[in-house]
Amino acid sequence: MGSNLIIDAKNISKSYGSGANRFDALKDVSFQVAQGESVAIVGKSGSGKSTLMHLIALLDKPDSGALEVEGRDALRMKQRELSNFRNKKFGFVFQQFFLTPNTSVLDNVVLPLKISGIRRSERKRRGLQILANFELESKSAKKATTLSGGQKQRVVIARALINEPAVIFADEPTGNLDSATGGVVEDTLFALNKKNGITLVIVTHDEELAARCDRRVYLKDGEIVPSLSNKKVKA
Amino acid sequence: MKTSDLLASAVANTFRSKLRTTLTVLALFIGAFTLTLTTAVGAGVTDYVTKQVASLGANDVFIISGGAQANPTDGPAEYDPETSTASDGTSAGPLAAGGALTEADLETLSATEGLTKVSPVRSVAFDYIQNGDGTKYEFTANPASSITKADLVAGEQLSSGSTENQVVLPSDYLEPLGYATGEDAVGQQVSLGLTDILGQKHTVDATVVGVAQTSLLASGAGINQALTNSAADLQMAGIQTLNPRYAIATARFDASLPAQDVSALKQKVVDEGFSVQTIQDQLGVITTVIAGIVGVLNAFAIIALLAASFGIVNTLLMSVQERTREIGLMKAMGMRSSRVFALFSLEATFIGFLGSALGALVAVLLGTALSAGLAAGPLAALPGLNILLFDPASIAGIIILIMAIAFVSGTLPARRAAKQNPIESLRYE
Repeated sequence: MGSNLIIDAKNISKSYGSGANRFDALKDVSFQVAQGESVAIVGKSGSGKSTLMHLIALLDKPDSGALEVEGRDALRMKQRELSNFRNKKFGFVFQQFFLTPNTSVLDNVVLPLKISGIRRSERKRRGLQILANFELESKSAKKATTLSGGQKQRVVIARALINEPAVIFADEPTGNLDSATGGVVEDTLFALNKKNGITLVIVTHDEELAARCDRRVYLKDGEIVPSLSNKKVKA
Repeated sequence: MKTSDLLASAVANTFRSKLRTTLTVLALFIGAFTLTLTTAVGAGVTDYVTKQVASLGANDVFIISGGAQANPTDGPAEYDPETSTASDGTSAGPLAAGGALTEADLETLSATEGLTKVSPVRSVAFDYIQNGDGTKYEFTANPASSITKADLVAGEQLSSGSTENQVVLPSDYLEPLGYATGEDAVGQQVSLGLTDILGQKHTVDATVVGVAQTSLLASGAGINQALTNSAADLQMAGIQTLNPRYAIATARFDASLPAQDVSALKQKVVDEGFSVQTIQDQLGVITTVIAGIVGVLNAFAIIALLAASFGIVNTLLMSVQERTREIGLMKAMGMRSSRVFALFSLEATFIGFLGSALGALVAVLLGTALSAGLAAGPLAALPGLNILLFDPASIAGIIILIMAIAFVSGTLPARRAAKQNPIESLRYE
């Protein structure tokens, strides 16, 4: 394995509950993501695809296995380092947007910068700049709840990008959008992948979206389906 | 997240659900309002009593009486023929503490190291006061006034060293004696009439040096040592009793002495068989009573605050519930649990600040108006009484106390928010 692997998960497992209620969400899964590629994690609901994303995005810890991010052992990182890593290196796009209501579009977009402790003036400058890139500058003072679905998801992408992350994790990014606006959002994501070299990890059950990715990994009942997946990591 | 951003976010968040914040703030408001008023009443009454009692004596004075009763509240002392002295029981008021003093006692006291200017308090009974040829008015002199500090409205204090006959008039004597203001009276001569023990009438002239606020505790006018002596001599009609007895004597000590030296000096006087009190000792009893009353009032305010603190817990728990996703999102984006905890604790503290600051402000505004109204109306008979005295330090103390209560109440919901798992929070519907 080369040093260009940004995520390297080996034999990770995760289960929830205990005893009779025990549910193995992920069973002995090995999964790699190289710098700059776009990967789709495909599967039905309950297949473990979200769990896999949460683990590799350092939102949760696997019960067993090994996990390296940018060559560092993620399982031995302290809580503080994990938080810092997510803040600096990862961007998140969620199906349900998760914009803070009654708060301006600009404040929503600069939230990661606020969390990382960047000055107010710098936040505003960078926030307006990124909104301009998404042609949302005129909406910056509007409340997030007043936007349309497509606009909301573009605000979410702007928020994910503001910290200039290495990886964007997108969980069903087009799940709540009609096909036209969904297409625009897809184009935006893949353009970022191609032009800016940002690694893209998309969790979806949408075959068409998955087909646009460099590589697809299929999950079923917490295990990778080898016959369907392109396991080989692009160098 | 930087602390300044955390603070700004906390303030902004409290205004996001206005109704809920308003209701919680209202509960705290009531507590702060009550606490500010009760504290102000306590301070006002204490201040009044302090001024009043200060008119009983200066702070470098021991009030000494016979009988080794260190503290008047300790119950009767056992009779001991060596030290006990006879008491006539006629001396009333806060200055009466024990038995009578004899000339021998006074000599003992004068010989005591650390005590200076030991002098018996001689009581003088005047018949009247008269301004020139004007109407005669009944007149009472406060026997302890030579050592007192009057609560002056004009002029100055009596001079204990002066040989001039001096008098400090209570302010309610001004009008009857024909003075328009206190300033008019200062420097004027008045005549004091008295009858000696043989029934002979005499008059003494005295200069008005000051005008005092009418006092609750120290009734009567103030007269200095020179006037006391000349009036007392007249009253005795030149007859010397063989064994004069005095209810009390006063002695001065060095006011700059540290507290433990004053205590040692007091103990020395007590060991010699006398009872001794400073003005602070006398104040102590009265302030204890006031503190007790204020304490009960404050207890009610604290109960109101306690109820309000549960309101804060409830408000913030609802807020945490409502903002589950937001918390999850912030944590996913790298906000540390300690900062989430700080954010919610700050929100609670800010709610505490809002409630307490508003409560205190309204209490001050309303109380000042009320105090002025009462002083002009029902409490006009007690001049100098400012029933509500607002002390900036105690108001600041109340605000800080309530903010602290709010912070403590906020820790439970804040802990819950901090402990939330980002994934669980994001899944939360």
